[in-house]
Amino acid sequence: MSREKQGHWLTRPATIRRLWYAFGAVLAAVVAAQFFVHVHAVAGVDGLFGFHAAYGFLSCVAMVLAAKLLGVWLKRPDDYYADDRHDV
Amino acid sequence: MFETVLPPALLFYLAAALIAWGPSRAARPLALLAPLAALALVWGVGDGVRGTVPLLGWEAVWLEGDAVRRLFATIFAIMAFGGALFALRQAPRREIAAALAYAGSAVGVCFAGDLLVLFVFWELMALFSTLVIWHGGTPTARRAGLRYAVLHLLGGVLLKAGILAVWVQTGSLEVRALTGGDWPAVLVLAGVLINAAAPPVSAWIADAYPEATPWGAVFLSAFTTKTAVLALILLFPGEPILVWVGLWMIFYGILYALLENDMRRILAYSVVNQVGFMVVGVGIGSALAINGAAAHAFTHILYKALLFMSAGAVLYQTGRRKCSELGGLFQSMPLTTVCGTVGALSISAFPLTSGFVSKSLTVGAAAGQGLTGVWLALVAASAGVFLHAGIKFPWFVFFQKDSGLRPPDPPWNMRWAMVLFSLACLLLGVFPGLLYALLPAPVDYVPYTAEHVVTQLQLLLFAGLAFFVMLPLMRRTPTITLDFDWFWRVAGPRVYRALLTVLAKAGAAARRLFETAAVGLRAVPVGRGARETTAMALLVLLVFALQLGLALFCSSTG
Repeated sequence: MSREKQGHWLTRPATIRRLWYAFGAVLAAVVAAQFFVHVHAVAGVDGLFGFHAAYGFLSCVAMVLAAKLLGVWLKRPDDYYADDRHDV
Repeated sequence: MFETVLPPALLFYLAAALIAWGPSRAARPLALLAPLAALALVWGVGDGVRGTVPLLGWEAVWLEGDAVRRLFATIFAIMAFGGALFALRQAPRREIAAALAYAGSAVGVCFAGDLLVLFVFWELMALFSTLVIWHGGTPTARRAGLRYAVLHLLGGVLLKAGILAVWVQTGSLEVRALTGGDWPAVLVLAGVLINAAAPPVSAWIADAYPEATPWGAVFLSAFTTKTAVLALILLFPGEPILVWVGLWMIFYGILYALLENDMRRILAYSVVNQVGFMVVGVGIGSALAINGAAAHAFTHILYKALLFMSAGAVLYQTGRRKCSELGGLFQSMPLTTVCGTVGALSISAFPLTSGFVSKSLTVGAAAGQGLTGVWLALVAASAGVFLHAGIKFPWFVFFQKDSGLRPPDPPWNMRWAMVLFSLACLLLGVFPGLLYALLPAPVDYVPYTAEHVVTQLQLLLFAGLAFFVMLPLMRRTPTITLDFDWFWRVAGPRVYRALLTVLAKAGAAARRLFETAAVGLRAVPVGRGARETTAMALLVLLVFALQLGLALFCSSTG
């Protein structure tokens, strides 16, 4: 296949795979860094090894799910207010 | 060093008038020079009362300086320069004029030495910002601007009532901490919080700002909410309720931004989120926390303006604003992508960016005051900022699927504005001392410790992992999310129409009864005009009765 058809190098599956590997390595590295850096606990639990990693991940999962739930209740088509019956 | 004796706001107004109505060739250079000259004036304002003017038998203090006032005025002037550069060649003259007058009013609030002067500039800010929104030029912008104006005038009424009550109570209009939680203070607080986009009226920001022009929104993102933060610092430092108000704003901003599809509405919700951090800081009230709120306002203006510039550049080049219609733009707009990403990393408080050195002051203050729960919430929220603004915005606009759009980067003035603000974000991130030197209290805080960098990177990078793991759940849909503004945009008019119908029926029935009784004839069919007249008459009577009741109630309790 020619380079044209493959599109931008950043969008090729091989590049994306490599980016994932690199991202995984960086994630492992910032957690492993805690072997060498002492973290002072503020709340007690945050002294645990890798607390910030787990907390960052889990709180984001929780926020996405919370938003999803809120969306079930409050999402409307984006022309909702365009209708003159509603708007002032 | 010279001494400023006239408010820098006047310079902005003069420049705005010349830009709008003066010779057209001078307009654009003036738009760049005026904010720079104002910046010099801001730095000439010494500490304490520097200028008064007789006003209705009152010695109004229109110029009072201290470190925090100068800090806010400094960033407002810098912002006016960056905004003017971004708008320079594309915006009509009158829009630039309105935007500079808006900036000038914000600077006027900064140096207001008494509540009356503060109120005057506050209202002028509402007026000129409404003009900026109306320059959006669409019917939607017109209606959103009207709603914005009404809400801010309502806030102004609350503020005015509170200020008068403070005056009646204390005989003083001095700008000082209004603690004690009595009614005058509550009214002032409510008036200020409306401008801070606090609940339940946070919706005005996502309603109005995204309807402005690509450059109008850049100006709008900076001034109104941040003058509210300054007012909170001056009037309500350490007010405990602000911690909870701020936390609500933080999570409201994240959740609504996660659900949003319009790129500039994502950024508008994100303003609420970031102002929430500042409000929490003011609520904590320690010297470190107030420093944090002030520093965060400073850095926030830079990176949020930068984000709005990159979104504005995309809008200007593509005419599209929905994430579901964008994507893949990094291929043809590399500079906008890089600048937008710098803004996104800064708002997420990545090390080496401005957000890292400012947000950690507030978060550190929560820990320092032993507010463990608040600290945990702020840390989770910091991860959430990366989620909703740090990755979501650049990902859906510049990457994700390929929309097939290949617009080039925007014209030179827009590019330079983005580059300048990107450099400023990185400069403050690398040399935090530049910012810390301007803060109201001496700073005994070192942001770059190995511990802080490692924990922050863990937090943010794993938040990033969560984003990509949850990506299937975040597919963009062409939807909006209902907010409290539903009550005044849908429920209010519905109730009004229902009330009118009920009154019309009651009126018609009363009329039939009257005519039958008086004339002894069968009821005359009532025309539409007559029905409405009767309804209005009954409505007037009802309102009159309510007023009478209210007056009686007030006189009996007062």
